[in-house]
Amino acid sequence: MIVVGELSLWIALLLAVWSATVSFAGGRGRRHDLIESGERATYGAFAFTALASAGLWYALFTRDFSLSYVASQISANMPNVYIFTSFWSGQAGSMLFWCVILAMFAAIAVWTNRERNRDLMPWTTGTLATVLAFFLATTAFKANPFERLDWLPVDGRGMNPQLQNPGMAVHPPNLYLGYVATTVPFAFAIGALLARRIDTDWLAAVRRWSLVSWLFLTIGITLGMWWAYVELGWGGYWAWDPVENSSFLPWLTGTAFLHSIMIQEKRGMLRKWNIILVVATFLLSILGTFITRSGIIESVHSFAQSPVGPWFAWFLAVVTAITAWLVLTRLKDLEAKAALESMVSREAAFLYNNLLLVGIAFSVLWGTFFPILSEAVRGTKITVGPPFFNTVNIPLGLLLLGLTGVGPLIAWRKASLSNLRRQFLGPVLTGLAVAGVLLALGMRNGYALTSYLLAAFVAATIVQEFAKGVGARRSLHGERLVPAFVHLVARNRRRYGGYIVHAGIVMLFAAFAGMGFKRETDTSLSAGQSLTTKDPWGAEWRFVSQGVSTNRSLNREITAVALETWRNGEYMGLIKSEKRQYFDSQRRPTFDPSTEVGIRTDARQDVYVVLAGVRDDAAEIRVAFNPLVVWVWVGSAIMAIGGLIVMWPQAERRRQAGYAAELQPAPEFAGVA
Amino acid sequence: MKPRTKFLIGAGLVLATAGYLMASSIQATGMYYVTPTELAQRVAADPSLRGVGLKLGARVVKGSIKRSAGGREYAFVVTDGARDVPVVYRGIAPDTFTDEVDVVVEGRLGQDGTFHATTLLAKCASRYENAPEKYRETPGYRSAATKGA
Repeated sequence: MIVVGELSLWIALLLAVWSATVSFAGGRGRRHDLIESGERATYGAFAFTALASAGLWYALFTRDFSLSYVASQISANMPNVYIFTSFWSGQAGSMLFWCVILAMFAAIAVWTNRERNRDLMPWTTGTLATVLAFFLATTAFKANPFERLDWLPVDGRGMNPQLQNPGMAVHPPNLYLGYVATTVPFAFAIGALLARRIDTDWLAAVRRWSLVSWLFLTIGITLGMWWAYVELGWGGYWAWDPVENSSFLPWLTGTAFLHSIMIQEKRGMLRKWNIILVVATFLLSILGTFITRSGIIESVHSFAQSPVGPWFAWFLAVVTAITAWLVLTRLKDLEAKAALESMVSREAAFLYNNLLLVGIAFSVLWGTFFPILSEAVRGTKITVGPPFFNTVNIPLGLLLLGLTGVGPLIAWRKASLSNLRRQFLGPVLTGLAVAGVLLALGMRNGYALTSYLLAAFVAATIVQEFAKGVGARRSLHGERLVPAFVHLVARNRRRYGGYIVHAGIVMLFAAFAGMGFKRETDTSLSAGQSLTTKDPWGAEWRFVSQGVSTNRSLNREITAVALETWRNGEYMGLIKSEKRQYFDSQRRPTFDPSTEVGIRTDARQDVYVVLAGVRDDAAEIRVAFNPLVVWVWVGSAIMAIGGLIVMWPQAERRRQAGYAAELQPAPEFAGVA
Repeated sequence: MKPRTKFLIGAGLVLATAGYLMASSIQATGMYYVTPTELAQRVAADPSLRGVGLKLGARVVKGSIKRSAGGREYAFVVTDGARDVPVVYRGIAPDTFTDEVDVVVEGRLGQDGTFHATTLLAKCASRYENAPEKYRETPGYRSAATKGA
């Protein structure tokens, strides 16, 4: 089975190369036999990549430690669920995992377009196959998971305990799905440029793929934040680490694209810009894997140094050069079909939205690469940390939040004064009222006040839109509240799904601003001793140590401290925080001990307890109050749900009416937009 | 004025602000990342570097970690092979902080030549991967029958 797996990897590589070659040749010579052969080779490449993956899983499950990858990832006594996930926990396996997702997406893209976009498809298929061939070749030559050891270990060292967490089991697949899905829009953009068919066809074809990518990136990034928060024990969910930044970058440009695509659909503007955004999103996702895999930038959580770095660097350079050449030679076909008519218009709001998203992406990229840049230019390595990213991105982020409220409500082309008053008077007053109340309650932090002012403003615009839509349905169709709401969203998925995403964004901003009020205390407690401290809301908390306990299980030994907690004298339950030492099947310790944070969550804050160590029977602990953290997870979940609604195919009746019908507002809202 | 021109002026303002923020915050919060040898050279060349925020990357000298009675203050020595720097750190150390790991400490070099760290990151080269070669000679990991390559 392992031999079959390795062989399949090579066959898949050959098929991808074949597909790329004949697809481009077929597109050039309009040879249908070649084009079809290229498409069939894409399906074949997927089948064989899947077979190679099955081979690796087989090796992992049969615990064949003769493979270097198996010996480096698992130990015999690990639970099966983490044997399963160890497929993507290391360099070589995750490369194969990337290949199998890419091959799957390529096959789906080719299959769903077998009767559509025929002018583009040979070029698109060729581009997809080329990227796939690159990844398969890198896997086969530089990070082959089927590589054998010249000796046979009886057991492997197992997986890092920090990765033995449900969040880490599902975080990489989501992120990879998001990263890899950017390849399809990229392939369509390149296909459109090569075929010189740069109208809106390719946009329609890629909109849903961009959403797929955005959705998985959103979920993947959130899971990564959650994992860092519960597993690493430093008390936060975002540290502006290079690896985190590298997942944020394609998300930013992808989000910009999902907005600017609307301008091109409606007004025929931003045609060059959209191509650039699609390509940039793809390149940034490759750059992200490059940063993670090459060890080029110091990161707390990067893979070990590896030989795939130079291959990725070359790939990035070549793709950038080819795209630049394609765009420059086709500038004439990419002229805008309309001009900006007013600064007070939806177009202008969207342009600024794009400017801010790309600006944020640029500053994050700059900060991430600054150590390398400064070393290259001035000979000294200068690093920038969270202060840099916060100084730059908080103001830009707040402007963006404000636009989130303005963009969807302001009129296209040129807004009139009455349009502005009707749409914005209520929300602006709401925002000011909320800020006023917070000021009166004693909040003096300027950024926090601005955040809550804008969050309330945006929330009010969203509520107003839903109220209007539901009200219209109720009076027109005589529907009750809930059915009216459901139908409203179901009939206008792009619009109301978008509002739901925005509602999630509002929650995220409110939660981020809350972290500014975090408080923490370090102390050392023996059994019976207590700590009394105040939370940011002004309540008094008392923590009484129940002492330290230890217990052993199959592959780990757990040291735990339990704290009884009281808030203002009211009993709030027990918080348990652990330290774990993992063992292999010979009961030798593997890795250093890891922390399991004790967290008590409610709507106001998380009480976050870290057991740093035990000394003379006293538990050394850090107690932190992290305000509003739960709203990060809720907000992200709402964003994902909104994204799903936007993505979900329309009902049959409307689909037949064609893509154009989707863009028209339903009759009852014709006056609104 | 054309709307396009107005937009470009607005865009220019946004970008200029962002650029200014980036430049000024690099000035204010950017930190030199140095090894012990570089640190010694730089301080020799420019004594005002004492008291400036720095990042120091080096390896913990085996057996040098000492914890104070309270347990939350650490004193240890880091080295890059050529130079040693004593470090004191107050706070919670990460799980991976032990002898001979690579650490990155952030803080200031005091007048006494001790590095006063405010953050301590421990890096583990094999953090997420255990190269089997590393424990090849560890007793018990080698099976009786060794396969050929």
